[in-house]
Amino acid sequence: MLEINNLHVKIADEDKVILRSLTLKVAKGEVAAIMGPNGSGKSTLSYVIAGKPDYEVTDGEVLLDGVNILGMAPDERAAAGLFLAFQYPMEIPGVATMTFLKAAMNAQRKQRGQAELTTPEFIKRVNAAADLLGIPKDMLRRPLNVGFSGGEKKRMEILQMTLLEPKMSVMDETDSGLDIDALKIVAEGVNARRDPEHAFLVITHYQRLLDYIKPDTVHVMSRGRIVKTGGPELALELEANGYRDYQSAA
Amino acid sequence: MNAKVTTIRTAAETALIERFPALMARLPGPAGPREQALATFMASGLPNRRVEAWKYTDLRAAMREAAPAAPKPDAAQTTVALKGNSPLAGQGVVTLSFVNGYHVGTEGTVPSGVTIVPLAEALGSGHPLLARMGTLALAQGDTALALNTAFMTDGAVIHVAAGAEVDGPIALRFVTAGPSAIATAARVLMVVEAGAKVLLVESHEGQGKLAHQTNTAVEIIAGDGADVQHVRLGLNSEGAVALSTLTADLGSATSLTSVNVALTGAMVRHQVYARFSGGDARAQINGATLLQGQQHADSTLVVEHAAEPGGESRELFRTIIDDEASGVFQGKIIVQPHAQKTDGRMASNAVLLSQGAAMYNKPELEIFADDVACAHGATCGALDDELLFYLMSRGISKAEAESLMIESFVGAAIDDIAHEAIRDVLHGLVQEWLKVRAARINAGAGV
Repeated sequence: MLEINNLHVKIADEDKVILRSLTLKVAKGEVAAIMGPNGSGKSTLSYVIAGKPDYEVTDGEVLLDGVNILGMAPDERAAAGLFLAFQYPMEIPGVATMTFLKAAMNAQRKQRGQAELTTPEFIKRVNAAADLLGIPKDMLRRPLNVGFSGGEKKRMEILQMTLLEPKMSVMDETDSGLDIDALKIVAEGVNARRDPEHAFLVITHYQRLLDYIKPDTVHVMSRGRIVKTGGPELALELEANGYRDYQSAA
Repeated sequence: MNAKVTTIRTAAETALIERFPALMARLPGPAGPREQALATFMASGLPNRRVEAWKYTDLRAAMREAAPAAPKPDAAQTTVALKGNSPLAGQGVVTLSFVNGYHVGTEGTVPSGVTIVPLAEALGSGHPLLARMGTLALAQGDTALALNTAFMTDGAVIHVAAGAEVDGPIALRFVTAGPSAIATAARVLMVVEAGAKVLLVESHEGQGKLAHQTNTAVEIIAGDGADVQHVRLGLNSEGAVALSTLTADLGSATSLTSVNVALTGAMVRHQVYARFSGGDARAQINGATLLQGQQHADSTLVVEHAAEPGGESRELFRTIIDDEASGVFQGKIIVQPHAQKTDGRMASNAVLLSQGAAMYNKPELEIFADDVACAHGATCGALDDELLFYLMSRGISKAEAESLMIESFVGAAIDDIAHEAIRDVLHGLVQEWLKVRAARINAGAGV
């Protein structure tokens, strides 16, 4: 599904190198977790996959179903089936949440050659997804993410993921800022979409999220590269011992 | 020193001055005020960059030649001119139509408590309210207003009786049309008596690329406790040099909301002179301007708090500038020594969409009282890249993501209009502008 080969990334207009020779594979149906200390480049990796313009890829490739997406604009990547759940979702004053959701869903449908959703069908889908995630209707009437709590913003990310139906979802520290109840709701949103057709790359600092979203694979990232790959037991080991061993190893 | 400065008049200035005597013979009303206004104009000439108030809008350069004064249109010309559908069609309970500055018809029913007399008729018959025309000292000496006074052909005198709650908007539709560029001057005086409530809507429409020179002025005099809403829509011809002036004299505890939406015209300038003559009044004065190509738009504003308590003024101007267009905001809040407790807040925010776009912000505060709260903020920048990326990461194209952000940005200045249908029309026009822009970008990207 997602294949990253020998990726080198630096900040555009600066010399600061963040990812060096990073290689990673996420298979169809797989839930892969990336864990790593602050500053190891986890968020940068998620941004580069999604196409944020602040970074420059100096080498390597990112393949989605065998197609290199690095030359695509962020909206084209989304239409190709990629979704990034932001660590810090943006507040967009003046843009009503429903307007935004409709624009996003129809834009992707358009790119995929599908007809626009009718308003009743759109509202039906949003309501169903919102109910599942415990999102109150008045939140949908407010401007996107404006005045939302951290937990509400993360739930709104999962709502978008549910409605946009991506095949590959990258979740950047979706657990940060969440209380345990919100964490469970978010995890349920992810687990509901787990099937042989969808894949997830879950980026997190802590083991806690992985109690609720059971990963198939755990990767340890340090200083811009994957330094160890293992099964779920690796996350438990990190929780017990910390990242110290890997930071010196990298 | 007895050095004498001789100003060399431009061709346009000379033409305006020379046409005056002949026009005087057929323009309605007493000669005195017109002659006085012409004298004001002759003393200053067309303002240029050396005049502080016109530093960023060089009217002399924009008006190299004075377009001929528009003659009164005949029935056939009127029919042609009014053929296109006005975006605000059907919004007014009563709609006065003007073609090339002349009143050509009134549709609908004048609401009870309201009297409307076409200005030419009012001038001809010596309407008593005309004694109140041009009385706002704050606007004295303004060249655009002086030119309007000297050359005004027609317009309306509107009276709203004390306590009248006018149900539905009074609409004025000004259309400029013809086979060649012309100059028009229309004038509106609206006197709103104590406790009355009214909404005045004006639209200025012109087709094609002709360089019409339009000059309109609306004077509002609001009695104590009056509630006045005002909406102006500028849809001038593409080549137009359009000047407009709003003056407002606010009595005690009045409320004024004025929103100007400017979309077309080569060089447009909207001026507002608002005076808080009575205590504890409130004014919300907004502007939403969207510019592209080589357009230039200027919003110039003077608000004077001249009574105690000084009242509350809020100004919100939002400008979107694309291509090589340029925008100007000049806003001045004056607080007179006795206007204690004044609360004034002025904001001009511009978004530049291209490298060639330019914005000139000049906020000024002149505060002579010591117990006031006044603030101004002027910002100028590009659309937020982080927000754009967020929207695009959801599959929304760059052009559409920008449209969403722009619409919400300028929409904030439109949302203060209480009348929902008119608000929707203006939002629709902004969306239309954005659609054209997105199509242009998409077409460009496809090449």
